[in-house]
Amino acid sequence: MIAVDGISLEVSKCEIFGIVGPNGAGKTTTMDCIVSMRRPDSGFISVLGLNPLSQRRALLKKVGIQQQESELPDRMKVREAMELFSCFYGNSTDSTEILSRLGLSDKTESFFSTLSGGQKKRLFVALSLVGDPEIVFFDELTSGLDPQARRSMWDLVRGLRDDGKTVFLSTHYMDEAEKLCDRVAIIDRGRIVALDTPGSLVRSHAFALSVVMGIPDSFSEIELESIPGVLEVFREGGNVTARVRDSSAIVEIVKLLVDRKIELGNFHTEKSTLEDVFLKLTGKR
Amino acid sequence: MLERYLKLTRAEFILYLREPSGFFFTLIFPLLLMMLFGSIWGNEPFPGENFGYIDFAVPAFIGMVILTTGISGLTTSIAAYREKGILRRFKAAPISPLLVLTAELSALFVITILGMILLLAAGVIVFGMRFYGSIPEVIAAFVLSTLSISALGFVPASLAPSARSGMIIANVMYFPMLFLSGAALPRQMLPPFMKSFSQILPLTHVIELLQGLWLGGHIWEYPVQISVLCFVIVAGFAIAAKYFRWE
Repeated sequence: MIAVDGISLEVSKCEIFGIVGPNGAGKTTTMDCIVSMRRPDSGFISVLGLNPLSQRRALLKKVGIQQQESELPDRMKVREAMELFSCFYGNSTDSTEILSRLGLSDKTESFFSTLSGGQKKRLFVALSLVGDPEIVFFDELTSGLDPQARRSMWDLVRGLRDDGKTVFLSTHYMDEAEKLCDRVAIIDRGRIVALDTPGSLVRSHAFALSVVMGIPDSFSEIELESIPGVLEVFREGGNVTARVRDSSAIVEIVKLLVDRKIELGNFHTEKSTLEDVFLKLTGKR
Repeated sequence: MLERYLKLTRAEFILYLREPSGFFFTLIFPLLLMMLFGSIWGNEPFPGENFGYIDFAVPAFIGMVILTTGISGLTTSIAAYREKGILRRFKAAPISPLLVLTAELSALFVITILGMILLLAAGVIVFGMRFYGSIPEVIAAFVLSTLSISALGFVPASLAPSARSGMIIANVMYFPMLFLSGAALPRQMLPPFMKSFSQILPLTHVIELLQGLWLGGHIWEYPVQISVLCFVIVAGFAIAAKYFRWE
């Protein structure tokens, strides 16, 4: 059983790099190999010029890791966990400041077992930062967080990049990858199927625009297909959607509708998103 | 290195004391039992002897503390680290898993010393305990005993396929030693066949050694006990080195 099969990627300093993929695509396995938590069967990995296998300890001093599945002892307090882990890395960062950035200031004296799922996640993010790492690895950073907490986590990640750190994260939220990451690798069944900036991925793999129109059944949508630049037309409930190559096709569509004196229930355009690219590339449509 | 070791040990120590069942069975339960039996039998010297019940009960209950931390304490902690994935978090930090294990053992050792101090205090203050031995020899025997029982505690932690089965094996080891090796009850009260069976329990040798030294014996007068305890150390750690897995 091969979880990750011949992945090749390069991450630059001060970027937010994301790997996205369905559950079981191999995101965690890839990350585990990079941070020396797992030994790959073959291949070459270099992180900050260090070999994860032979220079494990030196590497772990310079990176911070938030793992998807991990725990602390039930009766360890938040403050104690921060103090303990901070002493593992020689350099001292300000635990109080990190905790307040993650909204855990009022939880310092709480036992780990009394924290909610989202608070535990934020504590593990805080622990990944105590060593003042050069690269931070976040595995499923925002799963299980409420929308506000997700937004503030995104701000935190951008802040880390602005502080000169490199962020490597995995997610299965496409909007997160699109809004947050400078570059994204889409992986599926252990292979990279695309790697670029979110904008380029959308431009090169998806339709640029979808035009959604509330058109009565009496009008046959087939007519729209003859317009140049229209790639695909389909009806969904009361709406007709036309996928078009660019905005010039929209003008033609509007002209046609005006000519026919069609009364529109609604009319709006939708931009393609990374999710469309993802669904197209991973064939999960 | 030293700072990390001390911080980890301190953290493990505090965690152990915060666990009510661990706290009770390690520190309070032996004390309560000793107070109970002490109030029944007192500490008047036995006819023709220069010692009473408490004088040999204190080293026996110290053996009970060694048993509880070495077998139950160790198995519980390792099971939690393994099954809950706590070690996974530690593995992502720049420290060796061996340091975590050493700190764990050290914390248990400090707890054992704490248990011993409580028993000694109660023995001296409440019952006017007598002591005829040499303190350095008793300390040496105490360290040897603690190492030996901890080595034994690694056997279920190493060989059991899961934390659950490890706990069961640990209990199967714990209870016979608690009742048959002279820890909770004097061995003299056992029927003869139970008495000879108890010779195969390592804790029996711990308690014979501690009681002997307590009442004025010397280390060289206990070659059998010392050999058994040394053998258990070697065998226990050999099994751990070969079969122990963190995950």
